[in-house]
Amino acid sequence: MVDVIVFVVAAVIVLGGGLGVISLRNPVHAALSLIASFFGVAVLFILQEAHLLALVQVVVYAGAVVVLFLFVIMLLGVDQSEDVSTEPIVGQRPLAAAGAGLILLLVLGGLFLSGPGGDDGSVALTGQPAAVTPIDDSQNIEQLGRDLFTSNILAFEATALLLTIATVGAVVLVRNQGGEDLVVDDPGSSVR
Amino acid sequence: MEVTATWYLVLSAVLFSLGTFGLLTRRNPLVMFMCVELMLNAVNLSFVAFSNALGDLAGQTAVFFVLVVAAAEVVVGLSIVVALLRRRPDATVDEFVEMRG
Amino acid sequence: MLEAAWLIPAFPLFGFLLILLVGRRLGEPLAGWLGTAMMGGSFLATVTVFAGLLAEEEPERFFIQKIFTWVPAGSFSVDVGFLVDPLSIAMCLFITGVGTLIHLYSVGYMHGDPNFSKFFLYLNLFAASMLVLVLGDNLLLTFLGWEGVGLCSYLLISFWFTSEANASAGKKAFVTNRIGDFGFMLGMFLVFKAIGSINYADIIVEAPGLAIGTATGITLLMFLAATGKSAQIPLFVWLPDAMAGPTPVSALIHAATMVTSGVYLLTRLNPVLAVSEPWTLDMIAWVGAITGLVAALAAVVQNDIKKVLAYSTISQLGYLFMAVGVGAYVPAIFHMITHAFFKALLFLGSGSVIHGVHDEQDMRRMGGLYKLMPITAGTFIIGWLAIAGVPPFAGFWSKDEILLYAFDVNPALWFVGLVTALLTAFYMTRQVILTFFGRTRFFDAHADEIEAAFTGRLEAASAGIQAAREDVVKAQEALDKAKTDLPKRKEAIEKAGASLAEASAAVEASSPEADGHDKLVKALDKATKAVPKAEDAMAKARTKVVDAELAVAAAEQAQVDAAALRREIDAARSNAPAVPQHVTALTPAPDISEFEDAMPDSYRARQEYHPHESPWTMTLPLVALSGFAIVAGGLNLPFTKDLHFLEHWLEPSLFANEHHLTASAATKWILAAIAIAVGLVAIVAAFAVYLRGSRRPESIENPNLGLAVAYDRAIATFAGGPGTEAFESAAWFDENVIDGAVDGVPSLISGTAGQARGLQSGFVRFYGLVVVLGTGVLVVVLLRSLVL
Repeated sequence: MVDVIVFVVAAVIVLGGGLGVISLRNPVHAALSLIASFFGVAVLFILQEAHLLALVQVVVYAGAVVVLFLFVIMLLGVDQSEDVSTEPIVGQRPLAAAGAGLILLLVLGGLFLSGPGGDDGSVALTGQPAAVTPIDDSQNIEQLGRDLFTSNILAFEATALLLTIATVGAVVLVRNQGGEDLVVDDPGSSVR
Repeated sequence: MEVTATWYLVLSAVLFSLGTFGLLTRRNPLVMFMCVELMLNAVNLSFVAFSNALGDLAGQTAVFFVLVVAAAEVVVGLSIVVALLRRRPDATVDEFVEMRG
Repeated sequence: MLEAAWLIPAFPLFGFLLILLVGRRLGEPLAGWLGTAMMGGSFLATVTVFAGLLAEEEPERFFIQKIFTWVPAGSFSVDVGFLVDPLSIAMCLFITGVGTLIHLYSVGYMHGDPNFSKFFLYLNLFAASMLVLVLGDNLLLTFLGWEGVGLCSYLLISFWFTSEANASAGKKAFVTNRIGDFGFMLGMFLVFKAIGSINYADIIVEAPGLAIGTATGITLLMFLAATGKSAQIPLFVWLPDAMAGPTPVSALIHAATMVTSGVYLLTRLNPVLAVSEPWTLDMIAWVGAITGLVAALAAVVQNDIKKVLAYSTISQLGYLFMAVGVGAYVPAIFHMITHAFFKALLFLGSGSVIHGVHDEQDMRRMGGLYKLMPITAGTFIIGWLAIAGVPPFAGFWSKDEILLYAFDVNPALWFVGLVTALLTAFYMTRQVILTFFGRTRFFDAHADEIEAAFTGRLEAASAGIQAAREDVVKAQEALDKAKTDLPKRKEAIEKAGASLAEASAAVEASSPEADGHDKLVKALDKATKAVPKAEDAMAKARTKVVDAELAVAAAEQAQVDAAALRREIDAARSNAPAVPQHVTALTPAPDISEFEDAMPDSYRARQEYHPHESPWTMTLPLVALSGFAIVAGGLNLPFTKDLHFLEHWLEPSLFANEHHLTASAATKWILAAIAIAVGLVAIVAAFAVYLRGSRRPESIENPNLGLAVAYDRAIATFAGGPGTEAFESAAWFDENVIDGAVDGVPSLISGTAGQARGLQSGFVRFYGLVVVLGTGVLVVVLLRSLVL
């Protein structure tokens, strides 16, 4: 019972945050909605016994990524409200709704229209065999750590390399070209 | 009543489609990026739901990697956005039409 | 030794490249010696290959030297290869031999021309092309040479292209040849379609198996090509105009080599000719015969020394085609060889004459050159005897063979050939007489010069009349002026008389003691003296008047005289000596003694000129060629089988397609006798008309004989008038319809693409939308297979 209540509350927070992201005019407000959504997702992770992931979700996503977003918003001064009432591209809104709706229908359809799973726990949709790495009774962090550093060590190292490359790339991309300064935002103008 | 995997999956689907709609509708590049993050989160949710349902840790490992790669992607993507918006601070995505034709 | 075959065309080709690079720097005469040396090298290579071929046994005399594969296109593979067999070597021998002599001649003939090295450039290229034509082992290589000689013919005819007439002549030759080339190409395609290969080796093997219709088609198409290149009806019109080029060009290309390529082609393809319908060969023979006759008729009325030879060439080529048409290939090649010698000799001789008489080409203005240019005259006479068919010179033997075979197949053909031989002897004799014998008409006044003399005098007389008129007017004025003096003087006298009377009266009236008496006396003296003075003045004035009247009379007389002079000149002009249109050796010079001093400068300059013999570079080839013209008959003497050297030599190339004579020995003797008699009759008749003046030349040189010339003019009118409209509409069709269709395809594509560009709106969100929708479609497609 408690699970249900927690789920419902968390789900409401997640969806509310999502709706906020897509509808709020001010990007700063949207970023804050995003944080709310992330928190909701973290709660749902904990509900599913994925403790490390919840931790990482909060620390990395809510704590780093969104903060980075806010930094950029403030740095570039793009925190002016966007005009969401008009749509310059003809037919974009209805078609976008149609597209999103189509994907929703497809996923839900695939979910509900697929047959029952096999005895070994496989899901009928894919027919793949069951668990490659079964979850045991030890701590989630321990399991995850063991799995990462043994079976998926290559991917782990590659990801580390990826992060390095991303950092270098970011530095290169934003480097000053010929002594031009970053646009310095006038703080007074951002107040509405 | 029990919270089955299906509930999570439905939530994930709804969140994903919300993110899609927002991506196609918003014009501020940063907000578009946030919608992409929403979509990634939805996928993460479904991964964890399946991991829980199947008793397979691989789902959570996948989420881990998705998280890391998403972070790296945000880094690079935002630096591109910064480079673009430096020249035209008030621009929306619709104003970058050099690929027309 | 047979391996040297590739050197035969390589030498002149190398010469061409060398002169192209350094010719201008080498200049005169080195470029000329280089060209000649290259041709000489080619001749030596030919002799080497000939020796190699002689060393082989008769059936083995068929050697192909492949150089490289030119078009390796699957089933259609064409090599650059040289076919060495008796026919091609026979042709190469006289091409290179005569070619070398003509190159040597050109060194002397083109002396002083600013484009000296360019001439040898073109000559060498021509030689290379001609040798490729003859030596090629497949139709495509022959066609390459064919086109090459056509090009060089154009370049060389238009060598002095700054004159409009020369440029047009070159174009005419090229365009007319092109019509023939069209036939060649179609024939080549037909051969490939029927046999699957265009190598002569394959054609020879497969020819007997050809369908009769296909063989006829090939023969007719190749014959069209031959009529173009070898100047037969209907495409001969370019050859007389081609005389606009320098004489060595006329000798080499339009006498000895290029014009024989048509006959060579037909001879090379004799297996195909043998299996075509019989009427095709008859047609070839008759076309040749008629062409020979028409051209010979036209040659009788030509006055340009080179045009006579041009029509003569067309006529002799007609003989060759007649021979091919009756299956007499050996006589055709035999006559081709002897014709190369004596026609080149005649052309080079005429070039020497032209050079000697300071570029005069009208035979009516030559004459008496026998003493002034003995070597030229002697060699030219040998050439004349050869072409007229006088034994033992070469032309008799070869022409007689042709006539014999013609009689054997169709006596009507023989008769036409005989008439042509008569005309040939006649017009050639006429040419020799007018050019070399009789009075030297070179110094005679030309019609335009006489006209200019009279015009000059008339102008002077008119000026005289004008001056006289002015004099009269002046004299009249003086008279008037003198007359006006008279009344004045008279008045003066009266005044003087009146003063005298007054003074006397005054003196008488006054007494001597009066004051003014002295003055009055003085006045009386003065008045007394004044009277005679006034009378003197009156007398002078009268004299003046008389003089003035005399002057007026004189001036008027002068005016009358001037008018009379002018009338006299006019009368003299209408009685002026006419320059005759038709001359003989005896025609006297127009009498210009009365007005010789009024002749223009061109006449005077000519009187200073001395016609002279040409330098050794020109006379040596003449002597060499005349030697050949004398002995070449020995190639194929008819007396016994053993003397038929040429026939035995060419047998392997002819695959027994030669017509077999059925005439008896007696027939041969009789025909030979008739031919000799006819030739001698013609020569005697020509002597009678032109050297003795027994008949007036106008009766012979009826302009109606110039059928060929009329045909030429008709074609020109057509091409200029309705022809041009047809050509322009064809060009319009090609430009707009065909090119329009070809250009339309890319326009259509680019138009469609332009429409499709609309999808690339540039908006990222639109692209994202398309991605999402596309993903949805993809998922649907994938899910269908998985779920359902």
